[in-house]
Amino acid sequence: MSTDAPDLTNDGARSFRGIAFKTFFAVCAFLSILTTLAIIGTLLYDAVDFFAAVPPLEFLTGTEWTPSNEVYGVWPLISGTLIITFGSAAIALPIGLLTAIYLSEYATERRRAYLKPALEVLAGVPTVVYGYFALVYVTPVLDRILPLGTFNALSASIMVGIMIIPMVSSISEDAMSSVPDSLRQASYGLGATKFTVSTSVVVPAALSGILSSYILALSRAIGETMIVAIAAGMTPRMIDLTDPGGMFLESVQTMTAAMVQIGASDVVGQSTEYKSLFAVGLTLFVITFAMNLFSEWVSSRYREVYR
Amino acid sequence: MTQRTTTQTPTDRTDDRPTNEQATDAEPATDRSGSVADPVIESRDLDVYYGDDQALQNISFEIPEQQVTALIGPSGCGKSTFLRSINRMNDLIDVARVEGDLFFRGKNVYDDDVDPVALRRKIGMVFQKPNPFPKSIYDNVAYGLRVQGEDDGDLDEQVHTALERAALLDEVEGQLDTSGLELSGGQQQRLCIARAIAPDPEVILMDEPASALDPVATSKIEDLVEELAEEYTVVIVTHNMQQAARISDKTAVFLTGGRLVEFDDTDKIFENPEHDRVEDYITGKFG
Repeated sequence: MSTDAPDLTNDGARSFRGIAFKTFFAVCAFLSILTTLAIIGTLLYDAVDFFAAVPPLEFLTGTEWTPSNEVYGVWPLISGTLIITFGSAAIALPIGLLTAIYLSEYATERRRAYLKPALEVLAGVPTVVYGYFALVYVTPVLDRILPLGTFNALSASIMVGIMIIPMVSSISEDAMSSVPDSLRQASYGLGATKFTVSTSVVVPAALSGILSSYILALSRAIGETMIVAIAAGMTPRMIDLTDPGGMFLESVQTMTAAMVQIGASDVVGQSTEYKSLFAVGLTLFVITFAMNLFSEWVSSRYREVYR
Repeated sequence: MTQRTTTQTPTDRTDDRPTNEQATDAEPATDRSGSVADPVIESRDLDVYYGDDQALQNISFEIPEQQVTALIGPSGCGKSTFLRSINRMNDLIDVARVEGDLFFRGKNVYDDDVDPVALRRKIGMVFQKPNPFPKSIYDNVAYGLRVQGEDDGDLDEQVHTALERAALLDEVEGQLDTSGLELSGGQQQRLCIARAIAPDPEVILMDEPASALDPVATSKIEDLVEELAEEYTVVIVTHNMQQAARISDKTAVFLTGGRLVEFDDTDKIFENPEHDRVEDYITGKFG
């Protein structure tokens, strides 16, 4: 018998290929992490230079942003970003959630079959198209009923809101679809209507996913650049806390738009104005990074475990 | 008596209820003619289809009040489908279609003017796998009351009563605000029973309520089912023939093809069934 034993040994080449593949996959996996670290490194490197010239406290508490006069207070830019984020959230969070409820609970298979791809298309429209749509169509229409400037935060907010609806609806819908059907059955069995089943069982059970979708959509709105640069203008403006709504009618400048403006202008590469780009970028990065961490925390905090 | 249209299955309608039942206090006060209560549910020539497949064929029988009626039969025989057609849970399946009549206290539940939501408020349901909501024990039990707008009374009292009737109160007293998902499987199922009986329905449908539970938890559920029959009409689907023999008063045997082969007193079914096929099934020769 032993003479006929099959050859089960490794021929060497196979184990070499195994190691080669493993290494290749690992390199790909670490590439994105390395890139992220490199970006953070560059941001920090130039931001440190900037903060050598401008005290961090002045940057983080200042309420005037006029780089041409060497005044670098970041709050007007944060105000602009906040107002756009708030405005787009007011549109995208409710509409996105209602869309998700419709898709997950109400829509028939056939409707869902064409509505979902249609929403994905909305997510695939280049933001520059949204930006010009806001500037060329939305602003003139709204201008008939509101005293709007050519560049204003309102139409930019609306378009950013529309842009992030698919993000909210798609992630929320995934969360709702994964709520076990047995819970819906239990609710129907107790004499609940479809509306009650959706609002009292499905939405609470999917809350973790819904909240994550909200936070991710908000960080997307915070980071949105093209729409606001085109439609909201380039006017750094400090929020007037007695009339925050009034800010929507005027031109604002977000952190992202300010970075575009500095980058696209002919400022000298080693000037403080140029370096301010990295300080604003770092601020933006810290905010969106914190929101992503918060999103992780929320989704683990509210995640329900089903058997 | 004139309503009886059960052609395949002459049912024995005398008063000699099985001896293992808690006898007299379970008898409904409105018992007429000294025989048996009015049927709560009456199925007449009921057919159910899933798309082109016929799941139930020509089902006709009557379910008596305040008794336990067991539906038994091999997998795929349509017993769960029948249970779900009583409270129109089959409506939730797009391809399901029902023909024939199913009366609940004389009203055809498939009439156009029947709202399944209103129907389900009269007919509670307990499912095969315990499915408590990811909410507190209290909110689970209160859910039906709130949904049905019956929470204006003393909600605490209603919740306590339901938990007590479901034999769960002793085990969860003082921790009603913990999640229902933290209970053991058997406790979860009793929580689901408490949730079903809290709004005080007339009928409780149970779809293999103990099949996912261990023997100890199963026996608690069985005891509970017998107690519930003192106040409610219970219809229970089970795979377990010993369970049907232990807890039910009446048994309906469904066999392959979605046909009701025999419906009679449980004792009769298990000791001396009319049909050989039923005897073969019960003695384990097939199925």
